[in-house]
Amino acid sequence: MNKLKLPFFDRSKLSGDFIFEAVVGSFAFGIIILAFLLFNELFIGSELSRNTFGLSFLTTSTWDPVNEIFGALPFIFGTIVSSFLALLIAVPFSLGIAIYLSELAPEKLRAPLSFIIELLAAIPSVIIGLWGIFILAPFIRDQLAPPLSTYLGFLPLFQGPMYGLSMLTGGVILAIMIIPITSSISREAILTVPAHQREGAIALGATGWETTQIAVLPYARSGIFGAVILGFGRAVGETMAVTMVIGNSPLISASLFSPSYTMASVIANEFVEATSKLYISSLVEIGFLLLMVSVIINIAARILVWKLLRVEGGGRA
Amino acid sequence: MKLKIAIILIMAGVLLAGCVGEQPTEVMPAVQSTTVQPTKAPETVTLNGAGATFPYPLISKWSSEYNKIKQNVQINYQSVGSGAGIKQITARTVDFGATDAPLTEQEFADVSRILQIPESIGAVVIAYNLPGIQKGLKLNGDVISDIFLGKIKKWNDPKIVSLNPGIQIPEKDIIVAHRSDGSGTTFVFTDYLSAVSSDWKSNVGKGKSVNWPVGLGGKGNEGVAGLLNQNPYTIGYIELAYAKLQKIPYAYIKNKAGNFIEPTLETTASAAAGAVATLPAGDASWSSVSIVDPQGNDSYPLASFTYLLVYKDQTDQTKGKMLAEFLWWAVHDGQKYSSELLYVPLPNEVIGLNEKTIKLMNYKGQSLIQG
Repeated sequence: MNKLKLPFFDRSKLSGDFIFEAVVGSFAFGIIILAFLLFNELFIGSELSRNTFGLSFLTTSTWDPVNEIFGALPFIFGTIVSSFLALLIAVPFSLGIAIYLSELAPEKLRAPLSFIIELLAAIPSVIIGLWGIFILAPFIRDQLAPPLSTYLGFLPLFQGPMYGLSMLTGGVILAIMIIPITSSISREAILTVPAHQREGAIALGATGWETTQIAVLPYARSGIFGAVILGFGRAVGETMAVTMVIGNSPLISASLFSPSYTMASVIANEFVEATSKLYISSLVEIGFLLLMVSVIINIAARILVWKLLRVEGGGRA
Repeated sequence: MKLKIAIILIMAGVLLAGCVGEQPTEVMPAVQSTTVQPTKAPETVTLNGAGATFPYPLISKWSSEYNKIKQNVQINYQSVGSGAGIKQITARTVDFGATDAPLTEQEFADVSRILQIPESIGAVVIAYNLPGIQKGLKLNGDVISDIFLGKIKKWNDPKIVSLNPGIQIPEKDIIVAHRSDGSGTTFVFTDYLSAVSSDWKSNVGKGKSVNWPVGLGGKGNEGVAGLLNQNPYTIGYIELAYAKLQKIPYAYIKNKAGNFIEPTLETTASAAAGAVATLPAGDASWSSVSIVDPQGNDSYPLASFTYLLVYKDQTDQTKGKMLAEFLWWAVHDGQKYSSELLYVPLPNEVIGLNEKTIKLMNYKGQSLIQG
């Protein structure tokens, strides 16, 4: 290493530049340290609960604040199922939007349309939740659920009574909330596909759909997958809107008509009034689990997006 | 390079030193506790309080009315929930706390020399949505407990029908709605069910959040009211004031004397008056205090005190005096604002008890108020 690069040995560099670098660098590292401290705080805060319940916290389904018996399984189940349901609904829509905006829409419409779709992400979740309670839940109860239970009622997914607030409603709300992020990142991924990919396909005589199918989507595959995972991450952590429509009952039921509960919702609902140490600690442990899930999902998404950026010159069509 | 990164890390550490330095011993909801007021007069005193959401409208009314009388006293109240209120008064980050349920033995032991002052009374009603039945469905403790335990599933169950001769009750499934967030309302409701049903007591128990055997959870009174409004054949529980303002039908409940009582401010006050003889002193533990299912012909059985919490030994003479004077005003003159906000005013017997309690407040052994 060249001595001249060390600021303390070179007076000319111990000036504004170095101070500036140190200051902005400390901002960047500060955030990382903050995230680490957060992690640490959740880990310490959940110690009592981890020691008391151990792994049974993850596998039992009784949540009884009165007798201080806590098992988080219904919340983990609710979070994962509602998020997957949201993906199931949101991914086809998002892909359709992304393909339309990047391949098919008239040039003039592309920018305003994608702007408006991204604007959807700016709607506060409590507003979406209110809409969910007053419009969506009654709609699902009266219009969507009866045909589902009539024609698909032989599946356990669509059995039992439907009260409006349910896993299904929660999944639909989440889908609406993740469509903006999933579609806009998918669109970015599709836009990175070089023009010669398409030209090649067209030269072979492919139709518009075939071009998209054989040349564009495979190339953008990992980017789109990353977008889906980021959407999943958003769905996992979403709190307010889901709390308002999912019914808040810690049940594990095969039916999407049954009310459910998510990890984020139980923290939002119960933390304020939780007084005993074990109760608080258990809620903190749920927070810790939630953070772990989000971190893992986001890392996976990053790796996929990063892989996309590394691919150069052509995908595996 | 290593040196440079080391310096950057040190600076980042300094930047965060604030967060690390005052690490709280236990996790608390992040709430600002100190508010700097623009001082109008030099000796303006700010009294900070935090706690239950239920008495928030009443306390903020008191705050503005009291400020008209004593312009140098500012009262800030943050409705952050009873649990957070107890945590904050225990950590001494506020001057007074508020809670819907009395401190448990454990909480009372954790915080030294605290006074519990019942400042108002809340009632919980059993609300329902039965198309065609506007008011006055009659229920008793047994039936309510069986409904919320999931044992009674149909509205036309013989147990319900026999309590309501002459009312045509439909053969429909009962949808149960309860609060999903921890709340004093849930505490009163489950306290009542534990008092009247041994089944409930052994299977569920009482608390601000419980393990509900059946039903849908709504967030807040508005969440439960939303469930009630949107789903015919739903039953739930909400605060009396909320039910009256939203014009939600509620049931008459059979009390200990065997009468079906409509929940009103008067019948709730009567419940509190009936319980006065059993109340402890203000500086003792109130953990076993409960005014649900009380004696008295006209007592409505789902009622509860809501409490202010202050330290017996004040550490600041001026502030302590101001606080004692405010509390004295609140339990006397302040009560006249209760009815218009649909709170139940304290009966005279409880005011008498509170007078004794407030006189216990002292600065270095010197009483802060003469009365």
